[in-house]
Amino acid sequence: MPSSIPASASELARAAGRIGAPPRYEELRRAYRLWRRSPLSVVGTVLVGVILLVAVLAPWIAPYDPLAQDFSVRLQPPSRAHWFGTDQFGRDIFSRVVFGSRIALEIILIVSVISGGLGALVGWVAGYFGGRMDEVLMRLTDMFLAFPSLVLAMAFAAALGPSLPNMIFAISLVTWTPYARLARGETLRTKALDFVEAARAMGASDMRIIFRHVLPMTLSVLIVQLTLRMGTIVLTAAGLGFLGLGAQPPTPEWGAMVSDGRNYIVDQWWMSTLPGAAIAAAVLGFNLLGDGIRDILDPRLRR
Amino acid sequence: MNLATYVTRRLALMVLVVFGVLVITFVISHVIPADPVLAILGGNAPAEKVDALRRELGLDKPLHEQFVAYIWGAVRGDLGRSLRTGRPVWDDIQQYFPATVELTFSAIFLAVILGIPLGVISATRRNQVHDHTTRVFSIVGVSMPVFWTGLVLLLLLYYRLGWLPGPGRLDLEILPPPSRTRLLILDSLLAGNWAALRNAVGHLVMPAFVLGYLATATIARVTRSSMLDALHQDYVRTARSKGLVERVVVLRHALRNALIPTVTVIGLVFGGLLEGSVLTETIFAWPGLGRYITTGYITLDYPAVMGGTLYIAVVYSIVNLVVDLTYAFLDPRIRF
Repeated sequence: MPSSIPASASELARAAGRIGAPPRYEELRRAYRLWRRSPLSVVGTVLVGVILLVAVLAPWIAPYDPLAQDFSVRLQPPSRAHWFGTDQFGRDIFSRVVFGSRIALEIILIVSVISGGLGALVGWVAGYFGGRMDEVLMRLTDMFLAFPSLVLAMAFAAALGPSLPNMIFAISLVTWTPYARLARGETLRTKALDFVEAARAMGASDMRIIFRHVLPMTLSVLIVQLTLRMGTIVLTAAGLGFLGLGAQPPTPEWGAMVSDGRNYIVDQWWMSTLPGAAIAAAVLGFNLLGDGIRDILDPRLRR
Repeated sequence: MNLATYVTRRLALMVLVVFGVLVITFVISHVIPADPVLAILGGNAPAEKVDALRRELGLDKPLHEQFVAYIWGAVRGDLGRSLRTGRPVWDDIQQYFPATVELTFSAIFLAVILGIPLGVISATRRNQVHDHTTRVFSIVGVSMPVFWTGLVLLLLLYYRLGWLPGPGRLDLEILPPPSRTRLLILDSLLAGNWAALRNAVGHLVMPAFVLGYLATATIARVTRSSMLDALHQDYVRTARSKGLVERVVVLRHALRNALIPTVTVIGLVFGGLLEGSVLTETIFAWPGLGRYITTGYITLDYPAVMGGTLYIAVVYSIVNLVVDLTYAFLDPRIRF
């Protein structure tokens, strides 16, 4: 197959570029320049950075215990003592929003690992073995894609019984499909490369080829896709929380807090709107950051 | 492959997908959940009552028989009886779905008339203020939780300023027009009931806008990128060198071709809107299918939840089918 020679040669060149130290430094500088030039990416990075920082430092930032009830200060508007006001149990909303960031990040992390892992596994197996296995797995993927994902996640969460772990499981079950498609495509591409052929000729087992050769080649694409979707995960989780299908009281989950404040919206506007603003800021941050990362990695924008 | 084969193949795939959807809802409703019988009767019901109901619902049969019964029922439109309303789920869906249709179509309408011009403007003035504004507008659009924007708008425009009517489809003191199509706006028009029409449109504005914002953002983004593509094509250069006015070049030559991806995305967005309608309807007390389903969660009304979910999934896959076929008809270059 003479046509594969130039492809593998360019692959080799790319691999060589990856190993050499100076080109990698150059890559980083280029990425940094692109990042600096895009104000939206900078805003996204800052927002995500703030959320990470708040989550890590939550016990030091929050002025009150997020679960402590104090009926002497119930339904207070925002003030110097309670920046975001208090709810119907006199809990400090700012402290609850601060601790809520931990729950949001926990959801993102676990959902990304489960759905990314599940999707990648399906994609690797389908792409690597091909044939009937590929057909069956891809039709299964089509079926899940045919479902509006939020509605399916709600049905799963409702059937499993509302709780935070069940909600995380439900979201993971409906979000693995894009990773499966991506991993399959990348695997098909990688499988045709010469070094995989060489590994097979040397007698490497399927498992070894998948995990040592195919997996590392597909990982970067998957990671980019995962970051792109983190905003959507927060949004879906907040939606389920809002409908009461996620974390149960008194857990300070943002979506549930918006729902809590709904009955008080007319006179105590802060109860719903401020936790909701935290959701919006988090989703915006992850979306902007994801867009920025995609732009930086987009080969059309290079040079 | 010619068009006929493609259509047949696509239809076969859809049948397969709908079957898969049925399998998934069956698994969710029959295999996973907390015992539906206990959900109906409560935890401390006497054993003989539990057994009787189990027999009545066919839950004592082996799983594969239950599955066949479930599929057979679904095919005939028998989705069981709602535990809350006591009526067949199918009848409930027929009653609630038109409100959802009204809402999603208004949202799509808003999104199209706002999204396409925004995309075109941003493509023709690439990297200028307009373009950046549209980009920010789009990304904010896909980032806002609809239940939150809905609440904020309701708080400002209804409770505080009183500019727009609040939750629901119609004010209580307005007499609804006779229900012929179950689409309130159409019914008011048919009956010539202008007061009802004005009120119904007023009620629709906020939820349609909240729901449509998400779609507007997506449509504007896709239109922008396909317009940018089209504007760099040779035929656009030819049109310009012929001395055509820029407006004609942009609208007649570039936009027509750029609209093909937009049409596809409108279809895809429609699915997203069905999804978003679940949350929007909850906020605006909109008596649609989404609210029917979410009320089902709260009241543990499993037949209603599963029937509604199934219905939405089927509508969603029909929409996807229509989009794929439209796409094939619109662009003769596409090979199947």
